[in-house]
Amino acid sequence: MIYAVFAPLIITLLIPLLSKWKERVHTGWFILPVPILIFIYFVQFVGENFTPHSESYSWIPSLNISIDFYLDGLSLLFVLLISGIGSLVVLYSIYYLHKSEQLKQFYIYLYIFMFSMLGVVLSDNVFVLYSFWEFTSLSSFLLIGYWHYRERSRYGALKSMLITVFGGLSLFGGLITLSVITETTSIQAMIEQKDLIVNHSLFPLILVFILLGAFTKSAQFPFHIWLPDAMEAPTPVSAYLHSATMVKAGIFLVARFSPILGGEPSFFIIVSLFGIVTLFWASFMAVRQTDLKGILAFSTVSQLGMIMAMLGFGTDVAIFAAVFHILNHATFKGSLFMIAGIVDHETGTRDVRKLGGLMTFMPMSATLALFGVFSMAGVPLPFFNGFYSKELFFESAIDLPGFSGAFVEFLQQAIPYIAVIGSIFTFVYSMYLFFSTFRGKYKEHELKTKPHEAPLGMLISPSILVLGVILIGLFPNMVNESFLAHAATAVFGDGFHAHEVKFWHGWESPALRMSLIVVGVGTILAITRKKWTSVYTVFPRRLSFNELYNYIVDSIEKGSTKITETYMTGSIRHYVSYILGSILIITGAILFITNGVTIEFDDLAPITIPEILVGLTMAIAAIASIFTNNRLSLIIIVGVVGYGLSVLFVIYRAPDLALTQLIVETVTVALFLLCFKHLPELKNLPSHPGVKSINFLISVGFGVLVTLIGISSHSSKLFSPISEYFIEESVPLGGGHNVVNVILVDMRGLDTLFEITVLGIAALAIYALIKLRHDKEAK
Amino acid sequence: MEHELSPLLETVVIICIVGISISIFILLYRVLKGPTNPDRAVALDTIGINLMALAGLLAIFLVTTQFNDVILLIGILLFIGTIAIAKFLEKGVIIDRDHN
Repeated sequence: MIYAVFAPLIITLLIPLLSKWKERVHTGWFILPVPILIFIYFVQFVGENFTPHSESYSWIPSLNISIDFYLDGLSLLFVLLISGIGSLVVLYSIYYLHKSEQLKQFYIYLYIFMFSMLGVVLSDNVFVLYSFWEFTSLSSFLLIGYWHYRERSRYGALKSMLITVFGGLSLFGGLITLSVITETTSIQAMIEQKDLIVNHSLFPLILVFILLGAFTKSAQFPFHIWLPDAMEAPTPVSAYLHSATMVKAGIFLVARFSPILGGEPSFFIIVSLFGIVTLFWASFMAVRQTDLKGILAFSTVSQLGMIMAMLGFGTDVAIFAAVFHILNHATFKGSLFMIAGIVDHETGTRDVRKLGGLMTFMPMSATLALFGVFSMAGVPLPFFNGFYSKELFFESAIDLPGFSGAFVEFLQQAIPYIAVIGSIFTFVYSMYLFFSTFRGKYKEHELKTKPHEAPLGMLISPSILVLGVILIGLFPNMVNESFLAHAATAVFGDGFHAHEVKFWHGWESPALRMSLIVVGVGTILAITRKKWTSVYTVFPRRLSFNELYNYIVDSIEKGSTKITETYMTGSIRHYVSYILGSILIITGAILFITNGVTIEFDDLAPITIPEILVGLTMAIAAIASIFTNNRLSLIIIVGVVGYGLSVLFVIYRAPDLALTQLIVETVTVALFLLCFKHLPELKNLPSHPGVKSINFLISVGFGVLVTLIGISSHSSKLFSPISEYFIEESVPLGGGHNVVNVILVDMRGLDTLFEITVLGIAALAIYALIKLRHDKEAK
Repeated sequence: MEHELSPLLETVVIICIVGISISIFILLYRVLKGPTNPDRAVALDTIGINLMALAGLLAIFLVTTQFNDVILLIGILLFIGTIAIAKFLEKGVIIDRDHN
């Protein structure tokens, strides 16, 4: 199984090589066998006696992360969709993309996507699942931005990236929480601990995190906004990612975690509510669109909402209907996208307002579209598979699980009505999509090229998909026992009973009545569409979720710029006050909290008059230096402090320090004098009195803090000093009477080495700064 | 090595040290007040000379020869420092460039 998953990734390594001959043979031909082989491999598992398979490969054993593949009915449904539609999409893209395009990028991205999608649906380890999940986001980002020189493509790619990665990170949080609670990383092992998870106090958090991940990926309300903008991708990508596979990853996730999270009132409320609202809102908005792919995008969102709602219902009919509709939707939506691509390819536009009367020019495409569209609308004829799943949907919407609670009861009342209204709009936009493209008047002046039928190769893939539509429509129970029932069992649990799909339920069936209402009202609305489209102007565009998204992205950018600008002023004065202020506050607070200040005067030496006088001199000079505004007098006054310090060294019997201090002091004075000529006059920068007092507070506070720390550290001698050792061993070990110098070059010689290095670097740097002035010389 | 200081010498040295400390303190007034930079420079120079005296007295008081280096060093550094300041006050630079 691992070879099947990794095959697309391995072949991507060869694609750059294969694309060398793209002038002669379209690169797609070379790699087309890969998904077909994967499809054939997985098709072998289909059968009534199917039992789950699992395989395990070690990856990071220390973190309990291994590449576990678990193939149950649900995974099987998805891998067949991914590889099957993947093959068709590759075939279609061979005819769709011209050889002059960047084929190697396209196929590499597409196959990385296929690889990661296979990984998502097969992974049993949550962290591996998450890795593949982010791979799908990344490759989808690359594919949407495939025509990267277009502004809209980049916008769409960025938007989808932001939203899906946001959801992905939230999913990551949910998965981590889950694995911490259950102490396992395997989903199947988690299912066995369902009671533990459900009763855990973190359960609501897990639910929200995982559902957020699923909703963003599956474009549920209100995160659906990225999907219409993702239509800037090449049409094969839209057909593959944004109808059949990636957007169903969220559906897959909810289905996969249903055995853990499902059966709870909160799960029912959130998932069905968001699903049904998505169904209604997206189908309502789809009628407004004028772009073929825009209609299809909103339609996808709406259908995903429908599947999500059914997963939320959680009854066995609903789960079966959901699984059934996943398959149905993939067939008809894939074919519709491909036909939209054909129309675009052959007429040069996807704008519905410019199209019309294409039936006579493109009879084949029109026929294929007819099947796809009528299946999508759920027209009650026995060769449209969409009808069956829609009727099952109605059936499950009436028969909702019996949770108690006021809101749940309200929801149970409302769901059937919303479902019907949403389906009416679905019917309307489906009709609109078909009739305004293929019927009506042919608008010759609007089109750049004369439309003609697509090449045969382009029609193969949609034909196969439409064949699937018809076959499932004619024989709805064909794949039930062997295939769909296993998928539904994986979601629902062992108690699932396979459902018999029938075309005719009799007049008494409420679901049929609902379908008839949909068709009846839908037809009326579709015919009178022009008269009521003005309702869309009631909602101004600036109240849309797109505007909200743009506003959020904009204001995050502006807000962070503003915040950064307020504190990153470019003034070193401010930065120094931040540094000292934060040291003051943090260290002070810690000193205060931990009672770190200890003051003892036990072992102090007596103070003599010379020490007092010298100290006083230094203090006065230091304070006076603040108020000087002549630079030369400033350096002289600071010199007093330096000389005072050397006197203190002499008094405290440190001749070496005194020597060094004197030299350094003098050199510093000389250096200051050296650069004085180039410095501007010292002047008091005008500053706000508030700022000044804050600076005053910080400096005084900092001084007090350091003083306190000094006194405390003197007062609390925890260990006896090691200086006795140095004094004793200076002569026998170091061979020198000068203890300071023995320490510097013998006992702690390494420090001296690096201080010499510091001086050397400083000298070199000064030399370089003075000598190497390319910029100035160039000017 | 350990020589006891005679009580008289000790008293004299302490008086001298205190006197020089007071002198340094008073010189600080001239450094701070000025009124001109040459005044400050001369005061700093004098502080340095006082430092030499202080170091010498301390060496007597502590009965050590360790500070003799310090005294000599202060002398030469003071000279250099004062020359530098003086040259700066005179010319504005302390190292002349070659004019070739």
